[in-house]
Amino acid sequence: MLKQMEGSMAVAEAVALARPEVICAYPITPQTHIVEGLGEMVKSGQLENCEYINVESEFAALSVGIGSSAAGARTYTATASQGILFMAEAVYNASGMGLPIVMTVGNRAIGAPINIWNDQTDSMSMRDAGWIQLFCETNQEAVDVHIQAFKIAEKLSVPVMVCMDGFILTHAYERIDMPEQAQIDQFLPPFNPRQVLDPANPVSMGAMVGPEAFTEVRYLAHRRQMDALELIPQVAQEYAEIVGRDSGGLISTYKAEDAETLVISLGSVIGTIKDVIDQRREEGEKIGCVAIRSFRPFPIAEIRKACANAKRIVVLEKCFAVGMGGMVASNVRMALSTQPVPVYNVIAGLGGRPITQTSLHNLFNEAAADKLEGLHFLDLNQEVVERELERQRLDECSGSVAENILRDIGAVAASKV
Amino acid sequence: MTQQVKYYQTGTYTVGNRLLDQEQRTVQASLDRSNALDSGHRACQGCGEALGARFAIDAAMRATDNQLIACNATGCLEVFTTPYPETAWQMPWIHSLFGNAAAVATGVAAAQRVKGKKEVRVIAQGGDGGTTDIGFGCLSGMFDRNDDVLYICYDNQAYMNTGVQRSSATPPAARTATTMPVGPNPGNEFGQGKNVPLVAMAHGIPYVATASVHDLHDLERKVTKAMSMRGARYIQIFVPCPLGWGSKPCDSIKLARMAAECGLWPLFEAEHGEITDSTKLRKPAKVDGYLKLQRRFAHMFKPGNEAQLEGMQALADKNIVKFDLLEEKGDEE
Amino acid sequence: MNKPFAITLDVGTSLVNHTGSWRTERPRYVDRIPPCNKTCPAGENIQQWLFHAEEGNYEQAFKTIMQDNPFPTIMGRVCYHTCESACNRKDVDEAVGINAVERFIGDEALRHGWTVECAPDTGKKVMVIGAGPGGLSAAYHLRRLGHSVTVFEAAPKAGGMLRYGIPKYRLPREKLAGEISRIEKLGVEIKTASPVTSVADTMKEGGFDACFLSVGAQVGGKVELPTDGSVPMFDAATVLKDLENEQLPDLNGHVVVYGGGNTAMDVARSATRMGALSVTVVYRRDRNMMPAHELEIHEALEEGVQLACLRTIKAVKNGELELEVMVTGEDNRPVGTGQTETVPATVLVQAVGQSVDLGPLNGLDGVEVKGGVVLVGKDMQTGAKGVFAGGDMIPSERTVTVAIGHGKKAAKNIDAFLRGEIFVAPAKHDDAGFGELNTWYYSDAPRSVRPVLDVARRQSGFAEVVGNLDEETAQYEARRCMSCGNCFECDNCYGVCPDNAITKLGPGEGFAFKYDYCKGCGICVAECPCGSIEMVPEDI
Repeated sequence: MLKQMEGSMAVAEAVALARPEVICAYPITPQTHIVEGLGEMVKSGQLENCEYINVESEFAALSVGIGSSAAGARTYTATASQGILFMAEAVYNASGMGLPIVMTVGNRAIGAPINIWNDQTDSMSMRDAGWIQLFCETNQEAVDVHIQAFKIAEKLSVPVMVCMDGFILTHAYERIDMPEQAQIDQFLPPFNPRQVLDPANPVSMGAMVGPEAFTEVRYLAHRRQMDALELIPQVAQEYAEIVGRDSGGLISTYKAEDAETLVISLGSVIGTIKDVIDQRREEGEKIGCVAIRSFRPFPIAEIRKACANAKRIVVLEKCFAVGMGGMVASNVRMALSTQPVPVYNVIAGLGGRPITQTSLHNLFNEAAADKLEGLHFLDLNQEVVERELERQRLDECSGSVAENILRDIGAVAASKV
Repeated sequence: MTQQVKYYQTGTYTVGNRLLDQEQRTVQASLDRSNALDSGHRACQGCGEALGARFAIDAAMRATDNQLIACNATGCLEVFTTPYPETAWQMPWIHSLFGNAAAVATGVAAAQRVKGKKEVRVIAQGGDGGTTDIGFGCLSGMFDRNDDVLYICYDNQAYMNTGVQRSSATPPAARTATTMPVGPNPGNEFGQGKNVPLVAMAHGIPYVATASVHDLHDLERKVTKAMSMRGARYIQIFVPCPLGWGSKPCDSIKLARMAAECGLWPLFEAEHGEITDSTKLRKPAKVDGYLKLQRRFAHMFKPGNEAQLEGMQALADKNIVKFDLLEEKGDEE
Repeated sequence: MNKPFAITLDVGTSLVNHTGSWRTERPRYVDRIPPCNKTCPAGENIQQWLFHAEEGNYEQAFKTIMQDNPFPTIMGRVCYHTCESACNRKDVDEAVGINAVERFIGDEALRHGWTVECAPDTGKKVMVIGAGPGGLSAAYHLRRLGHSVTVFEAAPKAGGMLRYGIPKYRLPREKLAGEISRIEKLGVEIKTASPVTSVADTMKEGGFDACFLSVGAQVGGKVELPTDGSVPMFDAATVLKDLENEQLPDLNGHVVVYGGGNTAMDVARSATRMGALSVTVVYRRDRNMMPAHELEIHEALEEGVQLACLRTIKAVKNGELELEVMVTGEDNRPVGTGQTETVPATVLVQAVGQSVDLGPLNGLDGVEVKGGVVLVGKDMQTGAKGVFAGGDMIPSERTVTVAIGHGKKAAKNIDAFLRGEIFVAPAKHDDAGFGELNTWYYSDAPRSVRPVLDVARRQSGFAEVVGNLDEETAQYEARRCMSCGNCFECDNCYGVCPDNAITKLGPGEGFAFKYDYCKGCGICVAECPCGSIEMVPEDI
């Protein structure tokens, strides 16, 4: 059914179609509307047979989810930014215990400085936590991927994080084709847990494992993610057969086959990149892009295949490992280590900075001329940076960088010292 | 005739007795107790927590007809019961993290509710560190929502699993690895600490109680009562730790008894935020005897530290008044 | 369930971890001898019969008493219960009222006609001289061992000092008769009014294989006093004997009793009951030196008996006694002051000790006599082969209970003698001292008190002074027993083991340690209320 609706509400409806049994809710921008929407559905009775729990923190949100999932209930929660850091311990724990929880991350920057706007540093901070991480380009994809996430999670007994850009997707009103409940019931069978806390068949879950078996436990977790490389496309296929829409999978490509310049990115920025590609294709430039949908497991084979004919790779990412560079680019470089092709890493859109078509055109111009440095910061205001560095040279007690810059660019009254 | 006579030889204080009615005997006296925490666990000799956990869980198992799931915080109890490849638990049991046992239990309880398994009940449990410190947020949240969970804190008054560091349940003057008996105020500071049973009461939850391994009848009665209720419930059980306290393993129950009889560990119950009952002291004593059996308090008996001893006695005296622990002799049954 | 590797574990797996290897000391169950049993002159297994009484199994309690003592109803009245003085419970609140419970059981046994079994006949014949507590005790035990027993008694009725030394108000005669009759029904023949003049002859004539002598100390002693004959003088033994034979002595007017023992109290209290104007007990030492049992003194005083302590009788003249005032000197000996006073006296009864009639021993070779009593070996045998002796006629404390104990001990030795063996007593356990107990587990339970006849009725007749406990109270009292040193299955060890390392074997079977898991912490020892577990070093 076609609907014009906010991304968060669309995700809420999609999650509801998956018939979750326990939902843990804690507010943090920009995912809040999702759990609000679900809360209303449970309260009104629209979503039946579901426990909606207002918890006191993200740590509790995922911990309650660990309990309910271990006890055999299909479990959902959502978080973002500081929230995922606050629950970090539980994030690792849920995957370590093999609990198929589905969690939305409304991607947002991490402070300090505190910043409520979109980038993907939050999800990336948990990229090695053992969860499957699926990134969405559009709200339609978010709807479809959330439903697929339950099936993937439960088939593998691995939790799945569905990552969608905060505000850009969560707060955007778009046309959504919402699947019918009957279709989803056909697609997604009831949760049949791999293990369950049950007095009739007692087990001890969460044992302490020493050096004698820890490596094997970790290796087996890796094997499950490798299995996911096969399962994720398969589930997307099953979904397409029932719902009639191609969504999900490991990667998607756009005009990539003959591309000499291949842009790799993830999330909603793919849309802007596609527009720019279209414009440059009209100019005759052989440029295309790859959207990574599954960042964990990382689809090495698919990336290699997609990049086989490219002359240069531009990895544009909304996250940044200080002191190193982009996490996505690192992964791509590793995937392409046997292919002698330059990989330019572009850090863009941090803390909600818009990624404009103009900026992208400038960027791709330089890329096409192979003038990009290995690590490039899109639209970095070099003058502001230099002035702050100068201040720091002059005064050991130069104060907060963030405040200095805000004052410098006129966002804060200069009288405040 | 036999049963009409009050039982005086050992009263109701021993674990069981051939002369008591079955229902008056403790769960621990019975041949078919569940032994939810079974032999082969790796707790130290004379571990009060191992004992307290079996006491409490077996009582809860009896009260629920074995329809029970336990959620355990990280800590001694978790480590000594479930090192791969052996578990000592004979019940469905889950360990997640140090600070989230209450929340995990909330989730397990929610799952039972949504699955329509009304009869399956949930217990969360942890040590004092996992409860009064790192797990306190989740605990308070569980109380706040009045989730259908009994949380049991096994209080041995410090972080024992990590090597005896101070927790918010560590008593004043006690030596821990982070409150050494050096300087002008040796041991833990006076005027600090957190009385979590009272904090629990402030949430207005249906049931709060303190218990101790030395009074099994009282402990089992409280656990059984707690399991007869729905909503959030909290019991904090006093469990001596020979290793952390520097006491003899054989003295674990004795120390619990002495702590109660001197007033330092008052046994009381509260419902919906109001104290409803307290266990009267049978043989009231001063704090010295209790303290002297523990090396963690040894410095209190050195010249110059008399004020610490007086301070501890004052705490006990205050408890005796606050929780109404004295009773006129002669009306005991 | 396809469980995740290593993180999820199956129940019951910890049992492969045998933590018993940590142990350096192991606990073990022990039996200790409780102070009551240890001090009982009759060697009763008091704790064991209390155990049965606690359950309301009075018949079993009775049978347990009967293993050592055929007179529970009598002992429940006249025993001075050293067991209660030794009872550990006195350090908790008050001693267990063992005596009162024993009496209740004894009375129940008579009421229901309970009895015991005897071993098959051995064909051996034993003669017993004296149907007092010692003689009857020996006769009873020998009969139960299967021997044929004949008791010769000089007096017209059986009972010895039980009948002729203890007044009715302390021991109603139907109770005495009942317990003697029960012995007779077991097959013991009692020949009353049959004095034995020569032990040797009677043994020979009767074809007896062994003999037990227990003739008592029936001859009343007297101190020679200067007298003008104005006050009749009797000895206490004769007075009590006459009283029993209904030849009522003339105890009217001002009765003075000389002596401070239990016999003196018996005479004084009897005189009160016979309507004496006044009864005065004259005793040469201080009040607290009186050998009479404190309870007897207390009841006598209640009944109006007056005490004149630190007094000796110097002379009798003009219907008065001249008393010299004494003071306590060195070694607590009374020393005369020369100062005198007089008291009116209508009759004077001397209760200054009794002696043994050794006449029947004439012609018996090897018997050694010293200080008026017969010497015996550890096996109770006199110098004459096959002749054993006990009770007041051998050197020992002269109480009914001691005599009963002698009878039992002699019977065991005679039995061995008859089989050509030597009786060896089983080794004794260690003591169950107060320090072995964990008394926190015992409820506060003050001792129950037997009803006592009011003084007015005690002054006017020989009705029994001390009443019986009702069943509930008797059971209550039995349950005050702390079972010192012996497991009473309280389940404490089973409950307090942090390692579940104890198996409960079921009612009457006790417990066993699972040494595979016991870490040797010792909590079971510390928390055993009755001290019946101990730690011993592990052999490493």
